[in-house]
Amino acid sequence: MARPMTVTEKIMARSAGLKEVSPGQIITAKIGLVYTTDFQAKAVFDHFKSLGVQKVFDREKVLVFFDHFTPPPDVHYANLHNDIRKMAKEFHVHLYDVGRHGIMHHMVAEEGYLVPGIIAVGTDSHTLTGGGIGAVVMGVGATDAAIAMATGELWMRVPATVRLEIEGALPKGTMSRDIMLYLMGEKGWDGTKAEWAYLAIEVAGEATRNMSMDSRFALCNLASDTGAKNAIIEADDVSERYLKGRARREYEVLRSDPGAEYTERITLDVSTFEPQVACPHSPDNVKPLSQVLGKRIHVATIASCSSGRLEDLHVAAKILKGRKVKPGVRMIVSPASQTIYRQAMEDGTFSILMEAGVLIGHSTCGPCHGGELVILGDGEVCLGSLPRNMQGRLGSPSSEVYLANPAVVAASAIKGAIADPREFL
Amino acid sequence: MTMESVLKGKAWVCGDYTDSYLILPEPYWKKAGSLDMEELGKHAMEGVDPNFAAAAAAGKYSFIIAGRNFGGGGKSIEHPVFAIRGAGIKAVIGESISRYFFRNAINNGLPVLICQGIASNVKTGDSLEVELGAGEIRNLTSGKVFKVPRLPENLMEILKAGGYIPYIKAKKV
Repeated sequence: MARPMTVTEKIMARSAGLKEVSPGQIITAKIGLVYTTDFQAKAVFDHFKSLGVQKVFDREKVLVFFDHFTPPPDVHYANLHNDIRKMAKEFHVHLYDVGRHGIMHHMVAEEGYLVPGIIAVGTDSHTLTGGGIGAVVMGVGATDAAIAMATGELWMRVPATVRLEIEGALPKGTMSRDIMLYLMGEKGWDGTKAEWAYLAIEVAGEATRNMSMDSRFALCNLASDTGAKNAIIEADDVSERYLKGRARREYEVLRSDPGAEYTERITLDVSTFEPQVACPHSPDNVKPLSQVLGKRIHVATIASCSSGRLEDLHVAAKILKGRKVKPGVRMIVSPASQTIYRQAMEDGTFSILMEAGVLIGHSTCGPCHGGELVILGDGEVCLGSLPRNMQGRLGSPSSEVYLANPAVVAASAIKGAIADPREFL
Repeated sequence: MTMESVLKGKAWVCGDYTDSYLILPEPYWKKAGSLDMEELGKHAMEGVDPNFAAAAAAGKYSFIIAGRNFGGGGKSIEHPVFAIRGAGIKAVIGESISRYFFRNAINNGLPVLICQGIASNVKTGDSLEVELGAGEIRNLTSGKVFKVPRLPENLMEILKAGGYIPYIKAKKV
């Protein structure tokens, strides 16, 4: 019998056709899904062409999404999209084009391509999001993506795993992302000490099992900027329900063995937790909400691959129902996909938000990278349910970005200053 | 491109947390599109020292010596690696290297080594010899020698081929 392995090790061993693997080992593994966005697709296709191959290894396992500059805000990006369309057509790669689009890290799950037990790679640093489904999902560069597209394989190093047991029930006003934001504050992000660099983060425990899929994806998404290789939540009945009628192929659920070795074990009781806020200008500059209450804001946004899902919009609507965004604050919501957009429109969420004075934008990464919808002027302060807040990311170098969960964002939009959502719940 | 067994040249030293934004400021990659090594090379390390790229291209520096977490900042893009290669740098040696930078460097034929204490034991302008096969870094100026773990064999093969793409192409033939 093979040595006891973590779920990440088991998926890697299976994908490499090996009985067992150990941390540090370099393997060549089968890639179950590879995806890219309009931000890197041109570079990926350039590399792919230089390989001299005519087609991708499996048309069901290669995807391109327009999400970063969608629809194109200027001629440069309009031309870029046209180049990518041409190349996607040439190589028969499925492209989620404008109108059928959404943010890649959400779309791969929503569209049923991402299933438990596989290794998936995407050309973006927030690719870890997908680990919420129970797969090994990691970010790679354009060369990796091109080779995975052509051969269905990549070299990789087996990571050591951190086991995170989250116990207790998340209190009112807190959401899954608060847990990982808190831990990023402790462990550092990829721009600083990054103590979790190269590691697999295995998230388990009672609170995790009770999380919706939207919450699981948000939790794994926030792990991205720790510099970890992947974050993973074992598939269970919650994920099985999500996958039913959605998964585009058969899959196998793998779980960590009893006795598997971990490089670090953390148990966190979240029952007395409070919302966490990442302060300027780094995602690991994290403080409890109580320490930043009252900070004046000019922009509030709920968007992005972190927290632009239906659950996030519902939380905002619950708080904003019958209330108004404070004059002088512009609040912008961007649902993570066209499907979420339609759901939120049909179930009345948009009516509540619009009544409160919220602008509903289209589905795009724009509010998170300063491309569109959320652009900050000199000295402006934004509070967003986003993954990142580096200096100047959303516009002027003198602007500031704070990160928090959608409940905190909605409450703060009402007050015009960073506020406690428990007041409205 | 074939790799020399002993790399020789002068060092340029930068500190801890020299992230992707310092290696290559955002305006040079924000527009997306194709990767142009020659063009990106003109701006290598511009966020730390705007004069670096021209000096490196003129042969003044061959190695970047870094402190902790070189190439971090959560960028999966390959532009920072292309910039450093485009400036003619032969290898990067850091106390630790961000995961994306490490992968993208190996994949594009730029050797990267991890060596504890290197940043405090090398000064800008020191002459170095780097022997990847032996896992040895020799500071000819100070006389100090550093042993580092050799890169795994298949990563050495990728580097010898000049990158992941030429490596895969050669394997197919």
